Amino acid sequence: MKLRIEKRLAVPRYSSILVPILSVAAALLLMGIILLIFFYGRLGTLSLAFKETFEAYKEMLTWPFANRYGIFSTLMRMVPLAFVGLGLSFAYRMKIWNIGGEGQLYMGALAATWGALYLFKDVTSPVLMILLISVLGAAAGGIWALIPALMKAFAKTDEIVVTLMLNYVAIFWVDYLVYGPWKDPKGYGFPGTAPFPQQARFPTLFGGEFHIGFFLAVVLAFILFYVYRRTRWGMNSRIVGDNAQAARYSGISIIKYTIIALVVSGAIAGLGGAVQMMGVQHRLQHGFSPGYGYTAIIVAWLAKLNPIAILLVAFLFGGLLVGNDQLQMFYKLPMALISVFQGLVLFSLLGGEAIAKYRLRVSREEAVTNE
Amino acid sequence: MNNIESFILSTLSATVRAGTPLLFAVLGTIFTERSGVMNLGLEGLMLVGAIGGFVASYQTSNLLLAILVAMLAGAVLGLVHAFFTVTLRVNQIVSGLAITMLGTGLSGLWGRDYIGVIAKRFQPIRIPVLSDIPYLGQILFSHDLLVYISFLLVPVMWFFIYKTRPGLTLRAVGESPDAADAKGINVFAVRYIYTILGGSITAIGGAYLSLAYNSMWIENMTAGRGWIAIALVLFATWDPVKALIGAYLFGGITALGLRLQAVGAHVSPDFLKMLPYLLTIVVLFFTSTDTLKRKVGAPTSLGVPYSREERT
Amino acid sequence: MRNITKAFPGILANDNISFDLRKGEVHALLGENGAGKTTLMNILFGIYKPDGGEILIEGDRVSISSPHNALKRGIGMVQQHFTVVPSFTVAENVVLGLKDMGFFVNTKSVESSIKNLGESYGLPVNPKARVWTLSVGEKQRIEILKLLYTGAKVIILDEPTAVLTPQETEVLFRAIRKLVSEGSSVIFISHKLDEVLQISDRVTVLRGGRFVGTEERSSIDRRSLVRMMVGRDVLLDFEKSTKEPGTTVLEVEDLTVKNDKNLEAVKSLSLNIRSGEILGIAGVAGNGQRELAEAIYGLRKPVHGTIRLNSKTLRHTDVAQRIRAGVAFVPQDRRALATCPSLSITENMFMKNAHTKYIPQSPFNVDFRAMQKATERLVSEYSISTPSTKTQARFLSGGNLQKLVLARELSTKPTVIIAEHPTRGLDVGAMEFVYKSLLAHKDRGAAILLLAGELYEIFRLSDRVAVMYEGQIMGYTPPDPKYTEEIGFMMAGSKQEEIA
Repeated sequence: MKLRIEKRLAVPRYSSILVPILSVAAALLLMGIILLIFFYGRLGTLSLAFKETFEAYKEMLTWPFANRYGIFSTLMRMVPLAFVGLGLSFAYRMKIWNIGGEGQLYMGALAATWGALYLFKDVTSPVLMILLISVLGAAAGGIWALIPALMKAFAKTDEIVVTLMLNYVAIFWVDYLVYGPWKDPKGYGFPGTAPFPQQARFPTLFGGEFHIGFFLAVVLAFILFYVYRRTRWGMNSRIVGDNAQAARYSGISIIKYTIIALVVSGAIAGLGGAVQMMGVQHRLQHGFSPGYGYTAIIVAWLAKLNPIAILLVAFLFGGLLVGNDQLQMFYKLPMALISVFQGLVLFSLLGGEAIAKYRLRVSREEAVTNE
Repeated sequence: MNNIESFILSTLSATVRAGTPLLFAVLGTIFTERSGVMNLGLEGLMLVGAIGGFVASYQTSNLLLAILVAMLAGAVLGLVHAFFTVTLRVNQIVSGLAITMLGTGLSGLWGRDYIGVIAKRFQPIRIPVLSDIPYLGQILFSHDLLVYISFLLVPVMWFFIYKTRPGLTLRAVGESPDAADAKGINVFAVRYIYTILGGSITAIGGAYLSLAYNSMWIENMTAGRGWIAIALVLFATWDPVKALIGAYLFGGITALGLRLQAVGAHVSPDFLKMLPYLLTIVVLFFTSTDTLKRKVGAPTSLGVPYSREERT
Repeated sequence: MRNITKAFPGILANDNISFDLRKGEVHALLGENGAGKTTLMNILFGIYKPDGGEILIEGDRVSISSPHNALKRGIGMVQQHFTVVPSFTVAENVVLGLKDMGFFVNTKSVESSIKNLGESYGLPVNPKARVWTLSVGEKQRIEILKLLYTGAKVIILDEPTAVLTPQETEVLFRAIRKLVSEGSSVIFISHKLDEVLQISDRVTVLRGGRFVGTEERSSIDRRSLVRMMVGRDVLLDFEKSTKEPGTTVLEVEDLTVKNDKNLEAVKSLSLNIRSGEILGIAGVAGNGQRELAEAIYGLRKPVHGTIRLNSKTLRHTDVAQRIRAGVAFVPQDRRALATCPSLSITENMFMKNAHTKYIPQSPFNVDFRAMQKATERLVSEYSISTPSTKTQARFLSGGNLQKLVLARELSTKPTVIIAEHPTRGLDVGAMEFVYKSLLAHKDRGAAILLLAGELYEIFRLSDRVAVMYEGQIMGYTPPDPKYTEEIGFMMAGSKQEEIA
């Protein structure tokens, strides 16, 4: 008797939803075990460790959603994740692996700062200012993605590494500006630019924590949903993603689609950076993004590139991040542990997907369509 | 020796040291990718190697053991990656990113108690005759054991890949898993072996950082070298000799940058940090326009999970 | 092999089949596409495990668990899709995976023994050559030599002549006879009656997964074989209209096209096709036909030359322009080129719709319902068997996929049709349908370029026959079987004027 792993012919509908949920559950379980070990090491006895784990667990899972401050924090974390995730999905549909979400985010923030503090500093109308900055941020992200786009379209250069490298270039560029020419003279050594003027800040609701960027993300998600489902771009990009040869055969210009995909993807991420500046940060700082660009890759992948699902998954991940922060602050858990958690979550999700796509079969083979 | 001469010599010597962690990482990953498995988790692999080696050195003062522990750490992470990509056939990019996260986190956790601590480190070794060669002696032969091992690893790997039967098998699995399978080669086993082996060699690169280059443990001490190594693998078109060139090229930039700063040259530190990444992009561009890449280049099955049933 | 049964989800590929092989014989396994021949041999070669039945070698029950296992037992298979590593040399390919070779590769001795082996069977190869530079016929020789090198005594050949010229086929047959005379046994899978009659000692016919019969060569003829294969007498001859073709529609002038290896595959080729005419291009695969088709369709950029449609010059890589002008392409490799496996049948059917405008659409609001209705209509018109129009294309069998491509290309009433091996993988009924469709479109006035490997198909459909060899047209003949020998010579490189 032999055990074999083989592909399912068709993925059952329910598994698309059930499996991610189960994987996340499995990941949480693993995290719980690690927490247990950690607390045991710190507190010395198993019963204390259990109690502490339970408390921490409860806090991490419920706090982000159970109280007002928590929910708003979650929603605010969700926004950049959603923007970048949505942007990435635009390229991923065509199997163009834009790993540069982080860099495009940074460039959008950079451009937004430039607009708010220098280029448009004499603009008084908030509506106009926000509009201009948004456009600038999107343009910056788009241009940043244009580099790998041109390289891929004309030289067939692999976009994964180029976009990855550009992330670092963007981050260092921001550092250069923040510690150098744009450093806030009144900052008392605090590494950041001068704060944005009032008209460059998003209006907020509910007492100041919740900015309108959230609604922008939701609107964007619905727009993309429509574009993917019911426009020619949506159908053609599906073709390109499924079989690039067949796309050429159908008269679709791969060069055009490649460039547009990357540029739009970068532009949306850049817009996210601008939104983050206008809504939350109000100034450009070193390291303002705790890896949103990379987490967004996971968000997009987990949501299977569906824009509405991206919103949902971004929300959940926002909660996860907020929960992690709580753990760090109140339970003094090290950042590295959070990193481990994220790695575990990812692997659980990967494992879950594998289980959905494949099944354990005993000594039987698979169909091959005969030709 | 006048100032410029000594400046150049010390920079070149530093180049070798700076390039060594990269070289280990690239060589290890060449093994992995030649079998057809893409590995983006180099940062994580190097970090666990760094902490593993450091802890072992601190606890036992036995450097040989330290390297072995580092290799073991890399092998374990490599095994995880292999399991997910080869057996479960998941998206290799995502798995690699997860390895990075896991490796970064685990190393950070493990290393919390070892920050600021001193462990036994590798010392430079003099080789009779070779170390006394003017100029070359200082540049190439005034380093520690690990550097010398990396020197040797290049020709050994080159010979192995191109001139031996197991090397033939490795190349076949990467370029044409169907053909290899039809010949009775166990594609899965080969990929497992080289992913694990590649992981452990990469980890040595990390150990070099904590036991020789920086001689201490700092959280996230690889500082992006893992990502550069990924790009260097492409630059080297999966060839060990070109890997050497690439690693030292980038080591040189780092070394030069540090030295220029030290002598007070007005170069922005952030720009210097950017330079390796920018250069990588430029290099990649020129490498990919090279049409020879078709025949000389990528193991054709790179990134694609293998499945006997899906053979058409 | 006794009572072998093998089922896949949805298909019973082998239903209780029994088959035996004598030492020193050539035993042909005959049947239509999809009859189960390859599956049966895959079981023998260890790629599949049978659900039922047993295999005996010299009387002993054996279990063949993998190709490696099969090779150890002396059974080897040369499949339709070659499993060679393109960037390796011939010697490296042969040596790959052999266990008793030691750590270091002793190139010299391996190369000379391969050379000797090849010469002794009349299958010469250059062991130092890199496989990607070799022709298909040479690659096949390597596959056979690989098996001989490991001492295989039972050699299974799966449709070996599909890629060979008549002359190369002769070389292969001589090699087979030599092998057999030295005690090896050969199983020859084919669907080509004439070759089976020529080379085999015994013939086993499969139909629809079932065993029909095994006969000695001496007791069968063409007609009886057809009856066994298909179950009825099939008249594959029907009327071709003799209407006069109209004006020139497609002009190709002085076209030179390079292939993927940067060598010239099409060399200064010129041809014309008139409206209502079918030009059949005969030739062994690999002589530039694919590159010609791709260049005419706009998928490949020519080095120089002009392509004109109704006197209007076509821009070189502008596929969209051609689709709009009514050029249709049914490529040989339909899975790789002409369909999207994960997309639905509807989406595949209307992949080109943006340009063909078969169903007028606005780019901002695609009307899927209209496309679906049209797809349903076309599915029934072309008898495509599928559970629904929403099914993903990857689940279609080869034959049905081809019908999908045909439906899509022909439904737009194109001006020019480029058909590359249009009946490959289809059963007899579908083949008839394709022939009838092509002829109907010819009557409608389309100009059709037919690239096919089977001469009988070319004779049946074409108004003129051209022979292509190494990127050039060697000559034209009328579509009459009496020109077969002349065509054979042209296929192997002689120019028409040179043939006595």
